[in-house]
Amino acid sequence: MALVTPSPIRTRRNVELILLVLAVGIAVSAYGYLGLATEGRLPGDMVTYGGLLAVFALVAHAVLRLRARYADPVILPIATAINGLGLVVIHRLDLAEKRPIMESFAMRQMIWTGLGIGACVAVIWFVRDHRGLARYTYTAMAVGLALLLLPLVPFLGRQIYGARIWIGIGPLSFQPGELAKIVLAVFFAGYLVTARDSLSLVGRKILFLQLPRARDLGPLLVSWVISLLVLVFERDLGSSLLFFGLFIALLYVATERTSWIVIGLLLFSGGAFTAWTLFSHVQLRVAIWLHPFDPANSDNAYQLIQGLYGMASGGLLGTGLGQGRPDIVPFAESDFIAAAIGEELGLTGFFALLLLYALLVERGLRTAIGVRDGFGKLFAAGLAFSMALQIFVVVGGVTRVIPLTGLTMPFLASGGSSLLSNWIIVGLLLRISDAARRPAPDTSALNLPIAPSAPPSSSGSSGRVTPSGGTPTEVTP
Amino acid sequence: MNAPLRRLSAVVVMLFAALFASSTFIQFLGADSLNKRPTNSRTLYKEYSRQRGPIVVAGQEIARSVTSKDDYKYQRTYPGGAVYAPVTGFYSVIYGETGMESAAGDLLAGTADQLFYRRISDLFTGRQPQGATVELTIDPKLQRAAWDALGNQRGAVVALDPKTGNILAMVSKPSYDPAPLASHSEKAAKAARQKLLDDTARPLENRAIAGRLYPPGSTFKLITAAAALDSGRYSVDSVLDGPASLALPQTTVKLPNDDHQSCGPDDKVSLLDALRISCNTAFASLGMQLGEDALRKKAEEFGFGQSLRVPLPVTASTFPTGLNPPQTAQSAIGQFDVRVTPLQMAMVSAAIANGGTLMRPNLIARVRSADLEVISTAQPTELSRPLSRSAADQLRTMMLAVVQNGTGTRAQIDGVDVAGKTGTAQSAPGSPPHAWFTSFASGRGGDVAVAVVVEDGGKAGDAASGGRVAAPIARRVMEAIVR
Repeated sequence: MALVTPSPIRTRRNVELILLVLAVGIAVSAYGYLGLATEGRLPGDMVTYGGLLAVFALVAHAVLRLRARYADPVILPIATAINGLGLVVIHRLDLAEKRPIMESFAMRQMIWTGLGIGACVAVIWFVRDHRGLARYTYTAMAVGLALLLLPLVPFLGRQIYGARIWIGIGPLSFQPGELAKIVLAVFFAGYLVTARDSLSLVGRKILFLQLPRARDLGPLLVSWVISLLVLVFERDLGSSLLFFGLFIALLYVATERTSWIVIGLLLFSGGAFTAWTLFSHVQLRVAIWLHPFDPANSDNAYQLIQGLYGMASGGLLGTGLGQGRPDIVPFAESDFIAAAIGEELGLTGFFALLLLYALLVERGLRTAIGVRDGFGKLFAAGLAFSMALQIFVVVGGVTRVIPLTGLTMPFLASGGSSLLSNWIIVGLLLRISDAARRPAPDTSALNLPIAPSAPPSSSGSSGRVTPSGGTPTEVTP
Repeated sequence: MNAPLRRLSAVVVMLFAALFASSTFIQFLGADSLNKRPTNSRTLYKEYSRQRGPIVVAGQEIARSVTSKDDYKYQRTYPGGAVYAPVTGFYSVIYGETGMESAAGDLLAGTADQLFYRRISDLFTGRQPQGATVELTIDPKLQRAAWDALGNQRGAVVALDPKTGNILAMVSKPSYDPAPLASHSEKAAKAARQKLLDDTARPLENRAIAGRLYPPGSTFKLITAAAALDSGRYSVDSVLDGPASLALPQTTVKLPNDDHQSCGPDDKVSLLDALRISCNTAFASLGMQLGEDALRKKAEEFGFGQSLRVPLPVTASTFPTGLNPPQTAQSAIGQFDVRVTPLQMAMVSAAIANGGTLMRPNLIARVRSADLEVISTAQPTELSRPLSRSAADQLRTMMLAVVQNGTGTRAQIDGVDVAGKTGTAQSAPGSPPHAWFTSFASGRGGDVAVAVVVEDGGKAGDAASGGRVAAPIARRVMEAIVR
């Protein structure tokens, strides 16, 4: 049935190297430009920091050459470019706030970049086959829920600026929600790949919707309740939307039943509406979103309004790095880094950034389409979609598409937990993409470690949708 | 699972599309209205945190930006102070800008079209855009002389170079200190401005070009004389009727001479003597004979009715329309509804001094970019030719006579030919007259045309006349250059 003759698949590692040079070049030239704009000369430490970023990226590249030759060549350069640009913008805000170098956010971000890429490398090195992760489906569920609800634990959780999404031990603080995203993606993928048949095939048909059985609704209801808990008690609309959205998306991908989406959206809007009527902090968020310029909201909407003013002052081409006033916006280096980019790099730079993100998500989804096993498909799709959803929630909040939330821009925003988690996601996506693009050898070699919990049917599942039945025609070039 | 994955990709595309749309709305479509919101401090910071170029007079900065420690980065200061305030205006964070700060605002801010290429290079090098330096035509010697000579009288002095139209002095009194108005403290700026607004002497007005207009009085006789010479029916020696008072048609009111004397034997007077002694009756009847239209045409050739930009905006001087003969008679001697700026009367003298050619008045000599490269230099341009060469020469002869042995003897300078015309203009009933003098001279330092007005007689009060109050001021200004 295969109409396409498989052609020899190239590793594209050299393409990746060239793109990496470009990515590091973008960050270094942005750093140089910033120096010229603010002090009239190139910064003296340009070579040091540029070199450091290059070393980080090249280590990851080298590990890919050794351990995942067929991994997607675009993912690593995009993550490097965004991470590098974020470093420059954070440094720019350090300069505006005159933070000493040892207390600077940029220095901390640089360290976390190293740790993040280290984690990415570790993932590629130690996770030899992503399907091995399916073994930990239910462990992942427990860990994920624990991480998600950890900030609610008395003494451990910390409420910072309204949202209770942090945990702190001594001087260290961490946003467990960022890691929960990955762990829950493992759980969702592992669970759905086993349950998909019963979830998709059984049930009555009403109108055009195939409704599930009542008892199959259980997991959906559980995740709905948890997301509402997060919304209400952690006051974190973003994470709530992210987890529930992720679950619905994967449920739909696994079952291909539109009814799940309808039910999920109904549940979410019902829950959100109820929360809005019951809780004042939700009402406040919505009021700020709808009427930021209402004098009654002027104090609470200050950050949002300043972000909007900043982006507006940037216009099409931006003020140029170092020449705007992004420091007027509170938390410009974390929550509102998108507004800082819009202001200084303009709509042009903002579009470029969004396109980089879109490309990154697209490579993730393409990996999901390309990989042959069901778990890998759901896992890659989950990672990619969670990133897309997170970008939407953050940028949508800053640009008034949805109410403002507390999530951070992947790779860009200042913050260790976020950077670490996103580099782990990159490591996982690279690992899965290697499996996706690797030329299919004899099947016996591929089916090595099947997770005990995963049914044997899972690997053949893609055959239902693709006529080519999992042959390399699906492979992305 | 690939079909739903593709649909999921479509959802992702839609999510991103929403972000592209929302950011486009904020940064492009709706940016203007966001930038203009009253609570947007950024627009102010952006504008005011640029290093604005200085305004320079003869190598000295009379307005410049110095670094400040607040959010605006630069503070505008005025070393020129009150002497130059009517020219520089002020640059306020709260009230915007006036004077040259406004008229040359885009040059000073560095956003003018002439600076386009520099801005492009700034864009690539990341250099902070800097404003251009605006060099004025003002001669500090004349400016200072005019300022001192006017003393604490209300009024204005304008000096022009007749050959180029360059404005050499522009003084308006009372003046003000621009510094507190440029303060970044809203409280200080507000208080300073309110005090100036409450002052009945209206110190914020630049009387030289844009205050309330003045009746020109007898200085307007120069234009009536010019119209007469232009008609071809009159010359310096033409004999006119000059009775002690003139019976006006259609009314019982009589128009008298200031001294209630006849202007000459048998009530006859030559055109030259009529101007020399400022004979009202002779010029009033001359005006009626020439007619309203001829007078207005001549006045307009001298610049009446034009709102010039030097580049400070100049209020147009006006000659009334729809006059009956008595009103024409009044207008011919600069009363009734004739209204002028001091600059306009300086332009009349300048045109006569320049052989009948009126040059466009101008305040900006040169514009330099921040790295001192000359961007533009003012080229003298002709505004009009209100007089023939011979008419100009005859008027010059008459004006020399005014200073030599007429009403303007107090403008005499030893060894220099000074030409002038006095004016004593009735303003409001009951208040002392405005004293006028418009003149020109040429000497070693160059040529100069000067107009002076002293409001309500100045220190002399009711006893004031143009010859007594205004002529000595004009003399001191001219001395500053021709000696």
